[in-house]
Order: sequence, then structure tokens, then C-alpha cells
Amino acid sequence: MTSNHEAAPAPVVLELRNAVKSFGAVVAVSDGTIELREGEIHALIGENGAGKSTMVKILAGVHRPDVATFQVAGEDASFRNVGDSKAAGISVIYQEPTLFPDLTVAENIFIGRQPVNRLRLIDRRRMRRDAAALFAELGVDLDPHRIADGLSIADQQLIEIAKAISMDARVLVMDEPTAALSGAEVDRLFTVARRLRDQGVGILFISHRFEEIFALTDRITVMRDGAYVSTHQTAETTEAEVVREMVGRSVDQLFPKEPAPIGEPVLEVTGLTRRGIFSDINLVVRSGEIVGLAGLVGAGRTEVARAVFGIDRYDDGSVTLNGTPIPPHDPQASIDAGIAFVPEDRRKQGLVMDLSVARNATLAVRRELARMGLISASHEREVAEEWTDRLQVKTSSQSAPVSTLSGGNQQKVVLAKWLATEPSLLIIDEPTRGIDVGTKSEVHRLISDLAGRGIAILMISSELPEVLGMADRVVVMREGRVSEVIDRSDAVPEAVMRAATAAREEVPA
Amino acid sequence: MSTIVSPEKKAARPRWQNALLSRDAVMVAILIATIITASAMLPRFASPLTVGFLLIDVIPVLLIAMPMTLVIIAGEIDLSVASTAGLTSALMGVLWQSGQSMVTIVVLGLIAGLLCGALNGLLVAGLGLPSLAVTIGTLALYRGLALVTIGDDAVADFPVEATSFVTSKIGATGIPVVMIGALLIVLAYAVVLHMTPFGRGLFALGFSTEAAKFVGVKVDRTKFWLFVGTGVVSALAGIFWTLRYSSARSDNASGLELAVVAAVLLGGVSIFGGRGTILGVVSAVLLIGTVNYGLRLERVSDVVLIIVTGALLIISVVGPRIAEGVATRWRGRRLRARVSPTSS
Amino acid sequence: MSNLTATAEPTEQDSTWAARAFESLRHMRELPVLAALVVLIVVTYAVNPLFLSPQGVKDLMLNSTIVVILAVGQAMVIITRNVDLSIGSIVGLTAFLTGTLFSGNPDLPIAVVLVAGILLGGALGMFNGLLVTLAGVPALVITLGTLYIFRGLNNAWAGGTQYFADDRPQAFGNLSVQTVLGIPIITLIAVAVVLVAGLVMARTRPGRDLYAIGSDPDAAKLFGIPTTQRVLSAFVVNGMLAGLAGVLYASRFNSVGATTGTGIELDIVAAAVVGGVAIFGGSGSVVGAAFGAVLLTTITSALTAVRVDKFWQQAIVGVLILAAIIIDRLVAMRNERKLRAEAQR
Repeated sequence: MTSNHEAAPAPVVLELRNAVKSFGAVVAVSDGTIELREGEIHALIGENGAGKSTMVKILAGVHRPDVATFQVAGEDASFRNVGDSKAAGISVIYQEPTLFPDLTVAENIFIGRQPVNRLRLIDRRRMRRDAAALFAELGVDLDPHRIADGLSIADQQLIEIAKAISMDARVLVMDEPTAALSGAEVDRLFTVARRLRDQGVGILFISHRFEEIFALTDRITVMRDGAYVSTHQTAETTEAEVVREMVGRSVDQLFPKEPAPIGEPVLEVTGLTRRGIFSDINLVVRSGEIVGLAGLVGAGRTEVARAVFGIDRYDDGSVTLNGTPIPPHDPQASIDAGIAFVPEDRRKQGLVMDLSVARNATLAVRRELARMGLISASHEREVAEEWTDRLQVKTSSQSAPVSTLSGGNQQKVVLAKWLATEPSLLIIDEPTRGIDVGTKSEVHRLISDLAGRGIAILMISSELPEVLGMADRVVVMREGRVSEVIDRSDAVPEAVMRAATAAREEVPA
Repeated sequence: MSTIVSPEKKAARPRWQNALLSRDAVMVAILIATIITASAMLPRFASPLTVGFLLIDVIPVLLIAMPMTLVIIAGEIDLSVASTAGLTSALMGVLWQSGQSMVTIVVLGLIAGLLCGALNGLLVAGLGLPSLAVTIGTLALYRGLALVTIGDDAVADFPVEATSFVTSKIGATGIPVVMIGALLIVLAYAVVLHMTPFGRGLFALGFSTEAAKFVGVKVDRTKFWLFVGTGVVSALAGIFWTLRYSSARSDNASGLELAVVAAVLLGGVSIFGGRGTILGVVSAVLLIGTVNYGLRLERVSDVVLIIVTGALLIISVVGPRIAEGVATRWRGRRLRARVSPTSS
Repeated sequence: MSNLTATAEPTEQDSTWAARAFESLRHMRELPVLAALVVLIVVTYAVNPLFLSPQGVKDLMLNSTIVVILAVGQAMVIITRNVDLSIGSIVGLTAFLTGTLFSGNPDLPIAVVLVAGILLGGALGMFNGLLVTLAGVPALVITLGTLYIFRGLNNAWAGGTQYFADDRPQAFGNLSVQTVLGIPIITLIAVAVVLVAGLVMARTRPGRDLYAIGSDPDAAKLFGIPTTQRVLSAFVVNGMLAGLAGVLYASRFNSVGATTGTGIELDIVAAAVVGGVAIFGGSGSVVGAAFGAVLLTTITSALTAVRVDKFWQQAIVGVLILAAIIIDRLVAMRNERKLRAEAQR
């Protein structure tokens, strides 16, 4: 089936070597390398945070590498923008494509390049015919007529692929395309991908699902911590080997959790279900305990936490804190009961960037701050100072807008805001995302310290070492369900990885 | 290996942000400078008469600007305010003709305003419709109801006591008595916005609905009450308008909504929400009032003066943007100059 | 979510002809307004046949003309996720320009005046567009400011001066009196505007770009659509159409002065919204907006014809606007629910 095994290797269509890309103090890719040949499907794999997405964005022209050797079809490439990348024949299919919801399917394929007649009027019939021809070529049945709004993600991806073909793309990059697809949709996508490969297109396929990788790809490149690790012929390697290469790093370089006495259950979640998102989630977090919620992006971890806290509704199940039921969909009640939630998106969810450090630090306790309904500025500053001092927030002044702080210090302000509520349960979603290494370990020490004081901690993290280093127990989620609960003593990278990525349970027809 | 440049290192940013924070200070300074200049250049300006006319002129805009400030900070807008005032006015006329007491009329007027606000609130918070479109609709609806209520008539025979009370002054100061009431409302809104947990929540809400939810702000309920607030205060402005001119007509206060929005934005409230102060808005209202009054004393035609409002508004939003753009470009160039030797 | 769908699924789209027709009909946002218009006219005619007398029809057309032209321009701007509140002031300025030109030189060809008005309107629109695109400030704020500035200029220029029908050449006034095939000339101009704008928006690349920009501005930029240039041209075209409307205003109405066109901006936005143009851009059409404008102006005449108190007119307009927004929202909610149900399969 894979024709390029016996003959001489096909020519290289894209080559990116020794790429470096940093954002501020955070180095996303330190030594990224990928080589893609014509007519092959090439997997790029690695843990969350290994730098795959940054690599994709470099190829797409979204990010410019700080340093790199970059060639497309033998010519030096330096993309200033997405247009340059497209012009070079690279098309990127994202996990969630961006279509124009108000335009038709055909127009979404041809926007800006619609076929026109002599009067420069768009030839709609031809446009539709061309779109239909593309779909026929892909072997899918999509109506070019209809408005893109409301299409399934699978269909949207196919439209992107059709667009790529219509632009004569030589390279197709698929960034976790299967994450949101059903089994049949995945099969259809793979059929299309193989057809394109046979036509000579080089396909870079990013996925976490090993059975897909081994079923589809010709070669596999592994990345770890922003750097290239290895490239294998898919037929000559094993799942165990690449998993080892992906996680192959000693965990003890991170700050481990200090032992703390583990007490009574604080949070108890039973049978929590939100239809279509997650189902039958059972969780217990005890005082002094750190429970790590692990899983792939899109497994439903954040959604569960949001439902527990009351941001989103849920359809079924119950949440209790220290034995008292928490009313659904009422964050204020959750806060009053003693739940704190440090969300994953600091800039949009955790902080009000326009407000001062003091205002942000006291936002969650604004009601307790008020005396006879009024907040006095001095009292506010006192409380803010107390908590920002404890967390050693570095800021020029309490009244400085929080947007002027570094990422790490912003995260500390978010923590200060929630610690001021003196919670008995702290939910913390991606505690160290986008934070420099120094502050990272500071945050880890802090979380461990909080557990030592008897706070129950539910930590969502996509960084395996963080989970393994910090958590007393690891709850692994996969596709909206708890797939496994692993004790600290058994929590090795391979076990967590397997629980997070294992094959979907297919129900035989 | 490449050098790691950290663009987070504060270049022009903090200074710029600080300048923005002290925008209030700038507004107040401009206001005071304008008053001093006017007093020095226009002999008739510094007099109790001026104070009286100026203040009584700005009261409707000042009143409605208060709840509008909160609505815009929370990320919404209410264009139906002037129509609500007009509807209240029309209602007053009809009720007065039918022989109701002044107290009943005022109470019913306020209730009408409350209902108008509540309908806006229901549509925006309850159904999640865009407030811009909703309040353009209720702008037409409430003005239409005013027409239905009173038609082409004008009721002008309000009791002299009521109208003279509205225009009476405190002793020789020239300050209108009703200004005390207006001031109380301004104070109330200032306290609510700047000193209460509710007000803190509004800034979060305007910045990002998610951020607000995470700290327990009840988004829908909050928005609903904000619109009720604009309804009631708009009714109050309508009552004032009716008695001041001793005339209840369906087209009273028409077009006032845009004057209010202009004043609020000039006062430094961000149209995107999340930013603004009552002090800034009050300064802006008084600034527009002062400039207009001063130029009017100089016999500059009334109608030409709206150029001032428009120009102030545009300069106040475009100026900072351009300054920011220049700063960013300059910073970007410096950064690139530092990076380029290392990149390929 | 996915574990039950392993059965070989047939294709998801039922591409039968009927389904397809229904689908495109469902997405025809002009449909509700067109239906409302037809119902309104039929019912009114049934109650009072005089409503559709030759004179009645002519009045309907004359009354709609200027609003239609303005609604078409406004729709183009709204489709890009912007808005122009200054059009009332642009109409005022160009109407007064028309009066001034004719009173100075009564022999000026009408075409010259038309061009002058369109150019002035285009220049004012460009001023708006430049401020919006270059400064990156929301159009709502910018055009609120220019609403005042343009109106102030109009006031400063006009002062107390008013020009009346007598100040203008007979031929110019005749544009609003004479008919071709029963249609007044200025209405023919409006129809031409609707057709050309409709064609541009539906069938040319720049027109479709405007939809893409309004649908998702960031994505549009990513796709390499020249967003700045396109948005700017939408403002310029809108200004030109407002200029045209201003000139025609001077032909249609007896007097033009300092306050001509005051306060019509929100009516025009309302007409577009009623006509199915989404207030946050991306969907709707100029044809729909034109229907919206006709509907709103026809209601006035219809209410008079069926002897409903004329004072109800504006309230009914308000209800219509709200109904348009609510229907839009309900449809969107239904689609969302359908999607969620699909996701659960």
C-alpha cells in the first residue's frame, strides 16, 4: 500500500530544520525539525506543550521563527504572513476550521478567487460545479449550495481540504483533525487523506491517537520539550517506543508535592453528566490532597470543572462540598460555600486586565469587603496588599493595571484573588501555562503549600510532569468519561498516556 | 541559539496606561481651564445667571448619562432613553388633563419609565438579543406610544407652582434647586459604580462576561437592573423636561439619546465596556455645556455648536488610538532592530 | 459523542431537490419582510381599494424612494459589521448643496448637480471610513461624532436660509412628478440603485468580501482579503448613496435647510434590520434592506388607508423592528439546538 517503501525515497517537499521560536521568556520551540516528502503521510507527535502547535503555526505563516532553516520544494522560504504560506502551496486544516458562517459552502472554498465571467461577475453555476467536482474527487457528498453555518466539524474540515486541493496545495498540514470526529467521520477523512497522498501531496498529520497514527501514516516524527527527538518509519517502530520517546524525561526535575496529611472528603461529585459533553463523572477530593485531572485537550476536563463550579449547567448528577450540596449553575453560591476556581485563560477569564492589581485581587471577595454595602478604598488596599504580599506579587504599585504585570505575576494575582476567599477547595486549570520556569516552580511550591494547610486541590493540567510531580491521585479523562484513576505510586507517564489515548470503544454494528 | 528578547519588558506601556488612568484628571483640568478662559474672555460669563442657565440646560443629559455610563461600562447600550422621556412627558400631559394630582402623575410617570426599562432588560438579558438593535426598536416603540398617548396635542397648563419650583434657584447663587436632586442621583450612581460590590462586578462584566461569571456576577440579572435604572432615570428626566418647559409633547427630548451617548464616551467610558468613571462623565457633560453656553454668549449660533460635541467626541477616541499606534510602531521598529542580527 | 456512530452512516446531506429548495428558502432572510409587505398590501387593499389607486401607488413609491436608497447604502456598511449614523447629516448637507447650486445658477444641468451631490456625499463617507479603518475606533462612535460635525457644518452653512421648490428649475422638481410607465423618475433611480448594489453584493468578489469581513473580520484578514480597503469603500459608497438621496430629497420636498434629514439615521438602520440585515454583520442583503424600507414607509400609508389612527404608526414600526430581531434570534436558537442534538447522536 505504501508505495514509497521500496523505490528510492520521494523528493522532499518541505523541510524545516532547527527552528527556534520564543514568546517573551517562554521558549515554545527550541530545536524543531520536520522533513516531509511528496506522497507521504507523516505524523508529528508529542505531549501537550511539546511544541507541535507552534511548528504548525510556523508552517502556516502565523508565527515567524526566530531562527530556522526552512525550505519548500527546494527553495528557501520565509513567510511573513499566512498568504505567503498559501502561495508556497501549504494548506493547514485546523482542529476547528474557520469558515465564514454566512457564506455558502462553495463560496467558502473560493472566497477571493471565485470564477468570474467576462463582466467580472461571479459565475455561480461554475463555482458550484467546481465545488461539486472537488467533493466528487474527494468522494464525499456535500451540498455546495448550503450556508456553512451549522455544518459539522467533519464537514467543515472537508471544505478546507477541498479548498486546499483547489489551490493545488503540495503540503497539507492537519492539526489534530480527528479530535472532534466520530468513527465514521474519521474513516471518511482517512480515505480522503490516502487518496491525496496517492496523488503526491505531502501530508503532515498531528494526532494523539496511536491507533490512527499507526493505521494511517508512513513516518513518525517525535518532539519533546520543544525539540526534535527522532523520526521513524511507521512500519518499523512500536507504540511503546514512541511513547517512551515522547515522555522520556525524568520527572523529578520538577517540584514535587510535600507530603501532607490527607483528611476527610471535601469535594464529592457523583454521576455528573452534561449531554454531549461529559457523562457519569465521579470524583472525590479530600482535604490536603491534590487530585490531578489529566487527559487530552478536548477530553472534557475543563468542562467538568466549570460545571462543578456552576459556570455551566449540567443535566444530571450532584456536587457536594464538605457534605453540603452545591446548587447548580450558581458560581456565587459556590464561592460562598468555599470553592475557588483559577481558570485556564488568565487574560479573558481570570483577570479584568483594565483594572488595577488591588481591584483584581479583591474581586472575588468584593461582597465581604463591603461594610454597610460600601467598599472603602483603604480596606480594599489592605486586603489586596495582604494577599499579594503573601504571594510575592511583583508590581510597581497596587493601583497599576494588572495588564502591566508579567504572566507569572498575573497568575499570582489570580491566585491571590482566590486565596482571599479562604477556600476549602481550589480548582486550578493549567496552573503554569505561559509562565516562565522560575515562576513555575514558585507556583508549584505554593500549591503544595496550600495542600499542606488542608485545602483540597483539583488540578487540571496538560503537562504530564506537572501532574505526576504534584498529584496524589491522577484521574484520567477520555472523551467525556473518567477512563482511569491512578494512584501516585502507580502514576508513570506511560500509564497516564495510555489511559488518555487508548482506542475508542467501538460498538460493533 | 537565538537571543531571547522579552517584549513584555515595559517600553512605553506603563506610562501610556497611567496617562489613561488619569484621563479623569485631564478632563477636569480641561473643564476648569475652559471655565477660567470663558470667565476671563466673556464679561457676562461669570455670573449667577450663567450658573443657572448652564446647569438647568445640562440636567437632562446629566441625569440620563448616569445610568447610561453603567450600561456602557457593562458592555451594552440603551438608545431608547429619550423616547422613554418623551413617553413619560406625553403621559404626564394626558394625566394632568384628566385631573390627576401632581404626585400621582409623577409616580405613574416613573412607573412607566420602569416598565420601559424592564422591557429592554427582558429582551437583552432574558432573550440575549443585542442591545443596540433592541433599543433602536424600543426607541421607535416608546416614541410611538408617546404619540398614541397624546397625539399632536401639547399640554401646557401645568400648575405654576410646579414649573416655578423646577426653575427656582437657591438664593442668589443661581444654582437651580433641582440641581440638588440631580446631584443626589449623580452621587448615588457614583457610589454604586465605584464603591459597591455591584459596581466592581460591572467592570468585570464589561471586560469579559466569562471573567464576571467566574467571580460570581449574575450576568442576566445585573443587566436587567441596569436597564430598569436607565428607564426610571429617563422618566425622571422626562418629568423635569415637561415641567421646565411647561409643555407635554410627544416629541419632547427627541434625539437626546445620541447627545447622552456622546457625552458618556467623551467622558472616557469605553464603548467596548469595562472602563469609565462617573467623574469623567460629569466633567464631559459640564464641558459640553460650558463650551456651548460660552459660545452662545458670543452669539455663535446654537445649532452650529454641535460641531463642538462631535469634534470633542472624535478627538477623544481617535487621539489616544493614534498615539498608541505611533508608540507601538516605534517600539516594534526598535525591537526588530535588536532581533534582526540574529535571525537568518 | 462518538462511540455509537461506528455503523456505516449514509451521507448526512439529503440532497434531494426539495430539501435543497427548502434549505435555501430557509436561509433567504428577505422572505419574512417580503411576506409581511405582501400581506400588508393585500389586507389594506381589501379594506380600502383606493389604497392601490394610481395616485396611491405613486405616493407609495415616492415615499419609499429616498429611504430605500439610504437603506441600501446602510446595509452595505452594516454587512461589514459597522454602522453609519451620520447619513442624516450627509443628506442634509447634500440637499442644501443642491438648493445652493440651483439658486446660484438655475441653468445648471441636473446631471452636474447629481454628480456634485454624490461626490460630496462620497467625500464625507470617506472621512468616516478613514477614521474607522485607520484609527480602529468603532464606527458607532466615529459616525456619532460626524453626525454632529456634519450637521453643525450644515447649520453653519445654511444659517436661517431655506431653499424652496420655486428656487429650483422646473425640470428638477419634475423628477419627482413625471413618471415612466407609471413609475416616478426618482423611484426609477432608486430601483436602479437596488439592482446595481444587489448585483455587486451578490455577484462580485468585492461584494462577497464584504460579507466575509462582516462574518468574521479576523478570518477575513487571514484569508488575505483587503479588509481596510473594502470597509473604506463600503463607507464611501454609502456616503455617495446618501449624497444621491440628498439631491433627490431636494427634488421631492418643498424646502431644504439647516435641519433637513435630521434624525433619520436610526429609521434607516431599523429598515435594514427589518429587512433581514443582521446588526452584527455578515448576513442579509441590500434587496432585503430595500424591502424593509418599503415596508416601513408603506405602513404609514396603509394605516391611513384603513383609518387606523396615524399615531399608531411609529409604535407599530417599533414592534416590527423588535419582531425582526426576535425572529432572527429564535431561528438561530433552533439551529443551535439542532446542532447540539446532532452532536449527541
